[in-house]
Amino acid sequence: MNHPLANKVPNLALAAIALFLVVGMPALNAAGSIEDFTLNTWGKYLCYAILAISVDLLWGYTGLLCLGQCLFFALGGYMMGMHLMLMIGKLGAYKSDLPDFMVFLGRKELPGFWEPFHSFPFAALMVFLLPGVIGGIFGYLAFRSRIKGVYFSILTQALTYGAALMFFRNELYMGGNNGFTDFRSILGADIRSPETRRMLYLASAITLVLVFMFCKWLTTSRYGLIQRAIRDSENRVLFSGYSAANFKLFVFVICAMIAGVGGALYVPQVGIINPSEMMTEKSLEAVVWVAVGGRGTLIGPIIGAVLVNYLKSWATTKYPDFWLIIMGASFVLVVLFLPKGIVGIPAQIREWLARREGRRAAAAEEELLTSAAKTK
Amino acid sequence: MSMQHYLLAAEGLNKSFSGFQAIRDLNFALEKGELRTVIGPNGAGKTTFLDLITGRTKPDTGTLHFEETHDLLKMNEYQIYRLGIGRKFQTPTVYVDHTVRENLLLSLAGSRGILHSLFGRVKKEQEARMDEILHTINLTDRAYAKAGSLAHGQKQWLEIGMLLAQDAKLLLVDEPAAGMTDEETHRTGELLLSLAGKHTIVVIEHDMTFVRQISAGRLVTVLHQGNVLCEGSVDKVQNDERVIEVYLGRKKKAA
Repeated sequence: MNHPLANKVPNLALAAIALFLVVGMPALNAAGSIEDFTLNTWGKYLCYAILAISVDLLWGYTGLLCLGQCLFFALGGYMMGMHLMLMIGKLGAYKSDLPDFMVFLGRKELPGFWEPFHSFPFAALMVFLLPGVIGGIFGYLAFRSRIKGVYFSILTQALTYGAALMFFRNELYMGGNNGFTDFRSILGADIRSPETRRMLYLASAITLVLVFMFCKWLTTSRYGLIQRAIRDSENRVLFSGYSAANFKLFVFVICAMIAGVGGALYVPQVGIINPSEMMTEKSLEAVVWVAVGGRGTLIGPIIGAVLVNYLKSWATTKYPDFWLIIMGASFVLVVLFLPKGIVGIPAQIREWLARREGRRAAAAEEELLTSAAKTK
Repeated sequence: MSMQHYLLAAEGLNKSFSGFQAIRDLNFALEKGELRTVIGPNGAGKTTFLDLITGRTKPDTGTLHFEETHDLLKMNEYQIYRLGIGRKFQTPTVYVDHTVRENLLLSLAGSRGILHSLFGRVKKEQEARMDEILHTINLTDRAYAKAGSLAHGQKQWLEIGMLLAQDAKLLLVDEPAAGMTDEETHRTGELLLSLAGKHTIVVIEHDMTFVRQISAGRLVTVLHQGNVLCEGSVDKVQNDERVIEVYLGRKKKAA
């Protein structure tokens, strides 16, 4: 284990995967070896992976099971969606400068809060800011009041459910239950062209790599030590002089922003955002990805998000009625037999082998003793 | 005022939990540099008293001052810690998933801010201090083992080491010898004795051999039903009739 290569091999493997995702996939797509549809699907998976990392940074590393992480994902998506809606211009069904749903609702002019979203940089800023601020306010109230464990989980679930109900209302001028769709262009490029889609995929892949590297740095810093200390023994952390609430708030806001960025990249690739993305089921799904992949690691959530969604794409076309059962069963199986998820399998096998070896050695020793006793 | 040279002064503390009076009109004063042992039967309020000092719970009435100017009742756990009051819990409370060294690193005196935790570097003298503490608590060769893999007694020492790392003015040590072998207990006693003077220490303990070891020539406080029953040298309290009745009477054979 102390061999100098032992630490380098996983890093090399990670670098190879990152290189393949960022360079290999788009190049193969440009060369025609990977279909546009496949690349687009993978772009979606990578956005989910970004979301999954944010779930794991809270759950696996800090012990905060947030069941509302999709709220921040969707908020980021909505911020990007507002910009994309305005970029449709007069190409919509009603040939109006206003987004179609506003014309439908009888609006004559754009609500004031929509105006700045004509600017892409502003929308991009809001992708970070809105999830960050909402997460900050909620986190401040929850952590100051020392809401912990399952109560925290229930509250986050209530928060996202409440937000979904709000976004379903037409009076919010955020598209009601239909949300935003029918996007045409992003940064002047046709949003449906293979080239733009490839760029969107590329943006997702690069963002994922950057998020991964950021989280790697965060979790290996002294902050990461404190984060895991809070997970294992929050009382001790308080009695070591750390304000656990501030540390939790910090990571909660960071995770809200990460999820927001994931959502902002997701929406132009799938071409739609509506309040159903905020429903608690979606957040629960993200928790399943993390559990399957392996929580408390950074690669686990990525593997889990890609694998479970790959499985979902396959199952929902082949056996649409059974998907929920398959997902539920896989979650139960993982919880029962793979507590550390897929990335924990090698360690589990090593442990099992060591135990077997130990048993065998004990049995051999016993045999030796009994035979020695016989010869006496 | 008379409390001027006291490091810690408690006056008229009362605390009840849904009808049970855990602390009853408690007065307690501690001078700087003292090593005070607090004994008392189960339920005498010893741990609750530490909870009050460290801000884990708040009293119903009474006052609690540290270095005469700091009103501990207005502070929360980590603010009180930052005044220099460290606590070792009754059951060893260390970060089981962190290495021994990381446990010490998290306890080292210094900034407790988020930015410092992100960008702060471990200084050379901090490394040296950790090495020194590892040596003191006899865990040098386990420095990179997970704290969860330590034996019970080693965990107790690690937690004491964490208090040392903090460089606390006041160490509150709750049953340090619990679950230790006689030899480990004796070593723990020596460790505490070597710290007395440099730090002010309050030790809560049941083991009378251990109490005799660390309290020679020092004050022992006996708590009973949340109140100070008597205070004095270990011989004096052991011969006090009230103490024998409530506490040592039941344990006379052991003592």
